Amino acid sequence: MEKFEKLTGIAAPMPLVNIDTDMIIPKQFLKTIKRSGLGVNLFDEMRYDREGNEIPDFVLNQPQYREAQILVAGDNFGCGSSREHAPWALADFGIKAVISTSFADIFYNNCFKNGILPIVLPQDAVDVLMKDAEKGSNARMIVDLEEQTVTTSDGESFSFEVDSFQKHCLLNGLDDIGLTLEKKASIDAYEAKLAQERPWV
Amino acid sequence: MAGKTLYDKIWDAHVAHEAEDGTCLLYIDRHLVHEVTSPQAFEGLRMAGRTVHSPDKTIAVPDHNVPTTLDRINGVIENEESRIQVEALDKNAKEFGVNYYPVSDVRQGIVHIVGPEQGWTLPGMTVVCGDSHTATHGAFGALAHGIGTSEVEHVLATQTLIQKKSKNMKVEITGKLKPGVTAKDITLAVIGETGTAGGTGYVIEYCGEAIRDLSMEGRMTVCNMAIEGGARAGLIAPDETTFEYIKGRPHAPKGAQWEAAMNWWKTLYSDDDAHWDKVVTLKGEDIEPVVTWGTSPEDVLPISAKVPAPGDFTGGKVGAAERALEYMGLEAGTPLDQIKIDAVFIGSCTNGRIEDLREVAKVVKGKKVAEGVRAMIVPGSGLVRAQAEEEGLAQIFEEAGFEWRLAGCSMCLAMNPDQLAPGERCASTSNRNFEGRQGYKGRTHLMSPAMAAAAAVTGHLTDVRKFN
Repeated sequence: MEKFEKLTGIAAPMPLVNIDTDMIIPKQFLKTIKRSGLGVNLFDEMRYDREGNEIPDFVLNQPQYREAQILVAGDNFGCGSSREHAPWALADFGIKAVISTSFADIFYNNCFKNGILPIVLPQDAVDVLMKDAEKGSNARMIVDLEEQTVTTSDGESFSFEVDSFQKHCLLNGLDDIGLTLEKKASIDAYEAKLAQERPWV
Repeated sequence: MAGKTLYDKIWDAHVAHEAEDGTCLLYIDRHLVHEVTSPQAFEGLRMAGRTVHSPDKTIAVPDHNVPTTLDRINGVIENEESRIQVEALDKNAKEFGVNYYPVSDVRQGIVHIVGPEQGWTLPGMTVVCGDSHTATHGAFGALAHGIGTSEVEHVLATQTLIQKKSKNMKVEITGKLKPGVTAKDITLAVIGETGTAGGTGYVIEYCGEAIRDLSMEGRMTVCNMAIEGGARAGLIAPDETTFEYIKGRPHAPKGAQWEAAMNWWKTLYSDDDAHWDKVVTLKGEDIEPVVTWGTSPEDVLPISAKVPAPGDFTGGKVGAAERALEYMGLEAGTPLDQIKIDAVFIGSCTNGRIEDLREVAKVVKGKKVAEGVRAMIVPGSGLVRAQAEEEGLAQIFEEAGFEWRLAGCSMCLAMNPDQLAPGERCASTSNRNFEGRQGYKGRTHLMSPAMAAAAAVTGHLTDVRKFN
């Protein structure tokens, strides 16, 4: 996984609440057996018409947002299915951070496995960032994971919370399977105990 | 010291390692696998030269992509991408030596129906699957939740999951349900009350008399949709109903092991003095048969209500309601029971079990599906199908004009040929009414099997209590 570096980028506003994983990547694109190449189908049914033409109103089709690296979204972003295809599609498009008042649990965890930082902030902070994002490509937002801050193009800064372990993995691009396998002795000990206490498992 | 919740007890029994910051390695007792979210995980193992840590605790079954039409012969799948995904699971299951129910096996079905049916899911276990509806297994008092593909790979490689503990929420449904009200109405009514983000950060335990009175099938329906309320998992404490369901199933413990298991299972309940971070209480007798009108499972109203207007909401929900009404092709103020439908889908991991099919048969026996309505019933597993045929339910369905299908996820998510056409409106027993969920521009109204059955006969959303 790539390390999460301090990010200065264009933020796209998506004020809709409950943006679900079926919107982020519709089911017809889940038939792949690869992780790559899903960016072109990100938000497919909102982004293209039935003939595959771009819908000009959709935010990521607008010239100023085509290179967006940050999304500012309404409440409960990523609700619905566990499909990791959602963060795969976001990452493949180039999105590195998503800001909302809340995220669905599974989506939130999936982001960290794919180098994407989901940022939870209170409504008033998200409102300010949404306004900043609406300014278009001249406005660059700064996301600093090390310092745990988001800064608008006007220099207004908001601090966010992030789990220390998830932060560490994201900053260093760590593979958590490798980290867990270092604790093999603990897993072996647990399994020995399990065989005694609950042999039916 | 305060007592423990059921979640606390299961959690404590599964911590294999705890770091100083509270990050835990949670041991996983059962890992269910299907064809859509696993190929990249198996490929990851292969590339890293890793094996599956516990193939005996890993159970795979193809379900999402599988066609449900009767011409499905020994797993021949016409759509090439779907076929490749199912074949990849065939190959991975064999190569890594995990338990497997291929398409050709009569026990094949939706992973969340097959797991409990075969006795893989037991009280006090941790159960994960690369599928959000893993919450279903919480009905057994198992801590069960969906994971992403990276986590699937992590569990395959280590039999553990990196986790931090969630908060405890109690959802109590007091008293008795009124006639015509079912487990589906309970779970939808709870989401209507809490919203789709109301459970975020929590594990829910459902309790109260109305929950205790439910069969295992009903309890699975309730827990299945915990994820739709945003919770990590839903739980119901095991009791005699649970033990009765499990006993004698192929992978349930037997003999002395059964006795030992029962001794532990009987300790799996929340202590009276346990701490709850949030409590929601609904009166069972206040719950009415409900339907959804919009494109989020929180858009729930009693069938006796009218389509709401955007102005009935506040904040970001105003815009969402405007968008939902346009997508659904509905006018504010229309009585819900006047909404005409084009299709009916009965099935899914929410409502594809034998009891659901019995409810449907009760409603449609001797009646006909309305003119112009396309109605299908898709059993949750090959064994549910066989049982429905043995009980004479299949005959009732076919005589009424329903298509009687083979097992799979079918139109719940339309990754297979079962889909709505643009603009088609469906009375559905599934779990999500998201835009495009059942087919591009398809319109979904979620409801109970009895309500969907009544709608099939009348051709419009119908209060099953007024139907005979």
